[in-house]
Amino acid sequence: MWLERLPLALRLLLREWRAGEIRVLLLAVALAVASLTAVAFFADRVEGALSREANTLLAADLVLQSDHAIAPEWAAEARRRGLASVDTATFLSMALAAERHLLSGIKAVTPGYPLRGALRTAPALFAADAPATALPQPGRVWVDEQLASGLGVAVGDRLQLGEASFVVAAILTFEGERGGNFMALAPRLLLNMADLPATGLVQEGSRVTHRLLLAGEAGALAEFRAWLQPRLQRGQKLEDVRDARPELREVLDRAQRYLGLAAMLTVLLAAAAAHMALRRYTRRHFDQFALLRCFGGSRRQLLGLYLRQLAGLGIVAGLLGGLLGWMAQGLVAHLLGDALRLGLPPPSPRPLLLAIVAGLSLVLAFSLPPLLRLARVPALRVLRRDLGPPGGGSVLAHLVALAVVGGLLFAQAGDARLGLMVLGGIVATVLAAGLLAQAALRPLPALARRLPAGGGALVLGLRLAASGIRRRGWEATLQAIALSLGLFALLLLTLVRGDLLDSWRDRAAADAPNRFLINIQPEQVDAVRDSLRANGVAGVTLYPMARARLLRIGERAVKAGDYLEERARRLAEREFNLSDLAAPPPDNRIVAGHWWRPGERDAFSVEEGIAETLGIRLGDRLEFDAGGLTLTGTVTSLRKVDWDSFRVNFFVVAPPGALDALPRSHLTSFHLPAERAEALRGLLAAFPNVTVIDVSRVMRELRGLMDRVSLAVQSIFLFSLGTGVLVMLAALYARRDERAREIGIWRTLGASRATLRAALAAEFTLLGLIAGGIAAGAASLSAWLLATRVFELEHAANPGIWLAGLGGGVLLVLVTGLAATRGLLRQPPLAALRAGA
Amino acid sequence: MRLAGALTPNPSPVKGRGEPRESRARLSNVEESGDSLHILADVSFSVNPGETVAVVGSSGSGKSTLLGLLAGLDVPSTGSVRVDGEDLFALDEDGRAALRGRCMGFVFQSFQLLPGLTALENVMLPLELAGLADAAARARAHLASVGLADRLGHRPDQLSGGEQQRVALARAFAVSPRILLADEPTGNLDAGTGGQIIDLMFELNRRQGASLVIVTHDPALAARCGRQLRLEAGRLTP
Repeated sequence: MWLERLPLALRLLLREWRAGEIRVLLLAVALAVASLTAVAFFADRVEGALSREANTLLAADLVLQSDHAIAPEWAAEARRRGLASVDTATFLSMALAAERHLLSGIKAVTPGYPLRGALRTAPALFAADAPATALPQPGRVWVDEQLASGLGVAVGDRLQLGEASFVVAAILTFEGERGGNFMALAPRLLLNMADLPATGLVQEGSRVTHRLLLAGEAGALAEFRAWLQPRLQRGQKLEDVRDARPELREVLDRAQRYLGLAAMLTVLLAAAAAHMALRRYTRRHFDQFALLRCFGGSRRQLLGLYLRQLAGLGIVAGLLGGLLGWMAQGLVAHLLGDALRLGLPPPSPRPLLLAIVAGLSLVLAFSLPPLLRLARVPALRVLRRDLGPPGGGSVLAHLVALAVVGGLLFAQAGDARLGLMVLGGIVATVLAAGLLAQAALRPLPALARRLPAGGGALVLGLRLAASGIRRRGWEATLQAIALSLGLFALLLLTLVRGDLLDSWRDRAAADAPNRFLINIQPEQVDAVRDSLRANGVAGVTLYPMARARLLRIGERAVKAGDYLEERARRLAEREFNLSDLAAPPPDNRIVAGHWWRPGERDAFSVEEGIAETLGIRLGDRLEFDAGGLTLTGTVTSLRKVDWDSFRVNFFVVAPPGALDALPRSHLTSFHLPAERAEALRGLLAAFPNVTVIDVSRVMRELRGLMDRVSLAVQSIFLFSLGTGVLVMLAALYARRDERAREIGIWRTLGASRATLRAALAAEFTLLGLIAGGIAAGAASLSAWLLATRVFELEHAANPGIWLAGLGGGVLLVLVTGLAATRGLLRQPPLAALRAGA
Repeated sequence: MRLAGALTPNPSPVKGRGEPRESRARLSNVEESGDSLHILADVSFSVNPGETVAVVGSSGSGKSTLLGLLAGLDVPSTGSVRVDGEDLFALDEDGRAALRGRCMGFVFQSFQLLPGLTALENVMLPLELAGLADAAARARAHLASVGLADRLGHRPDQLSGGEQQRVALARAFAVSPRILLADEPTGNLDAGTGGQIIDLMFELNRRQGASLVIVTHDPALAARCGRQLRLEAGRLTP
């Protein structure tokens, strides 16, 4: 039966297309789908590119880390699946040169390392560097600035590692993989894996971290990951960039969430556009429906006929929209290609499938409520044109439409929390918009009547506008809701985008700290500070630091075996960096308890993450062991620490003076412009025990990544902006036929064009003000919720959004409204009356 | 245009439509009331096969309401309507629609052509809805029979009022109705054109042997009918 009637449905569809009846609808749905898929296509590609870019900071796409040798069959299996692989082994050992020795982080690598990104080397200490094209030859090693200055070796010198002697072949200036915890890092020595046995350093029971680095196509990686996961033994873990580089994880997660948010709001806008266009479509089919009923068509038969037509239309619109979306994202990718420097991977076919599904489901879901309404058009309308369908609609049909939008939203969000919040925001906006629009529109006619008589075109225009809004009643409210939703989406994306960009700007600011000085002895503090000041680095804080192990929490002894979580086990085994401070570091925030008052002793402030992992609560008594000395105190506050700020931070802080009796050193971080890097040479010569860690390269990479993420986020925003305007047009076009007739009648009765133009302008201004106000309120609230609950960003209330909402609302509605009704005023009144007859 | 000359032989009627066993339509004690208002009161009459009946009366006398009830487009407050032997209001909405599809044709004052469709497509519409495979051929033949063989591809806005009503006539007769209901068929036309449409309608009706019920203000049109029913304030008057 379904197929039997299909040819008729398609014939009717083609006739409608030719007659121009469905062009507006097809265009609205196709454009809606186009924006949706452009966002999805682009987000898909940007996300892929960003992950790959981020993976250069992991040197691979996926890493298997193990505390014992990795079975060679696993690497063979990875290669069999088409993945590239290299091995690395890292461990701590003494490097010796002449009279000096230094505990160093030794890394042995096999050819092909790194699989993602590149190492950089310089021919001499503090000389200009360049990407490395090969690895150290056997018998040669690369050392970083820290090791070179610590050991006092230059390129060409020899150093001793275990039983083997090596020539220093280059200064290693950048190693992407080396991010994260700078404080724990020892100076780096990189050698060829082939040389490792000769050193005799790796023996049975040696503490060596083995890594199998893997790279390849996403599908193959996922399959290998699934294959390997159940085979992992204790002491082995699989990590991708999100696991291994937490400071990047946040950037990527937030970018991904924003792309998800933009895609979701685009779905919403697309749905609103489709809804308005479908309402217009069904209203224009009242006569046809009544006539077909008159010709003997049953309700069921006719509904089936329309549904088949709309399904056909949905598929065509989906395909067309998918194609348009693909072209649009291609254009944007092409335009932004250089700026994004992402080398975007080719788009996956997933968004095209999404386009067809979206087109079809948007059309079918949103046609259901108006179609059911259409089905109630009495056949008697053929004799009495004033008869329309009875008011009210099927709750179930609206719920189906909502469910479809909800489904599409969730498919786009990729994050249940985000999905729920946005859906909640939308429902709240629709309800608030409905109520507020009703409340605002209802008293209008009464207000308009109070206007002075004979006030010219403007006053008459205002009166006409007020009476027009009253006459349209619920339709005017609906229009206000659609416009509010469109503006809401745009304002929300603007606000969240602002918060996001601000946070990245702060993080990757050009003057963010890029050098760490560690191991400064207490008696050197003043001299180091003076030396830095002499080199133009003023106002640095030198933090005291002692290393201590946590022994007890309250009465409970801390043992690794008591914790299930791997991180907790590690924390229970290792020494913490403790500091004593009078004031909390600048980017720390007290989330529970209080910072110590002057004179307060025996207290601790603990970072909230570690407190949660180890089960430390406010008021707990902690006992630390620092080289045989005991330090005890009560937890008086928990702090939130921004670990990726590249500033010095501590898990546990005590009141000033608490560390005085303990063996301690000082450390600091500061920003040193690249052109003054030489200044450090003198400082290192004066204080040979002090170690400098250069994170400028990593910072630059990170900043570059954030710049490109920001650009991607802004491009996606533009797509959504386009859809927002589309919704406005659809909402304003929806009543074009009626408006044409009204204008025809007014003109016949002698209203001048100026009066009617004033009436239209007044109505659109009013609608813009109402929609803009509602949208600004809803967007402010949603942005605050999203920033604090989903993106975990600092959110500053932005009063400008009200100005943007009201001003932007009026401007957008006025411009699109006048554009949508352009031509109606020029049309001869008789033509307008005939068209509406 | 001389209409008689434009007429072509009658296209074959839709198959499977035998002769009726009784009157084509019978209204018995039909009453229709709106909000505290009697629109029709105790109206009874029947229409015989091939008979032409005019329903006349002033505006608001209930003529269109009567036509709507006869077509099963509306439900009376009381009384019954039988069409082609079937009790219209014993059927549900879809049953009445099916009955309309089987045996009724309609002509309206405002033509009710779909603006986006061509003349041919407008005539094809009820035939396609009835699932007839040769809808296009039949529609062409019926348009030729009303003298519009050269206007097949024209849309309503490209046709004159008279031509539009002829398309509507072709559409109404294309389904070979047993009863044709016309609501002020000349109401939107000038006298000359209206006259031509009336001639054509009666000629087609004569050929197909349908019963014709016309609601009209036009005394000339009413005079052409075999019987006149006069409605005054919802009541049939002698």
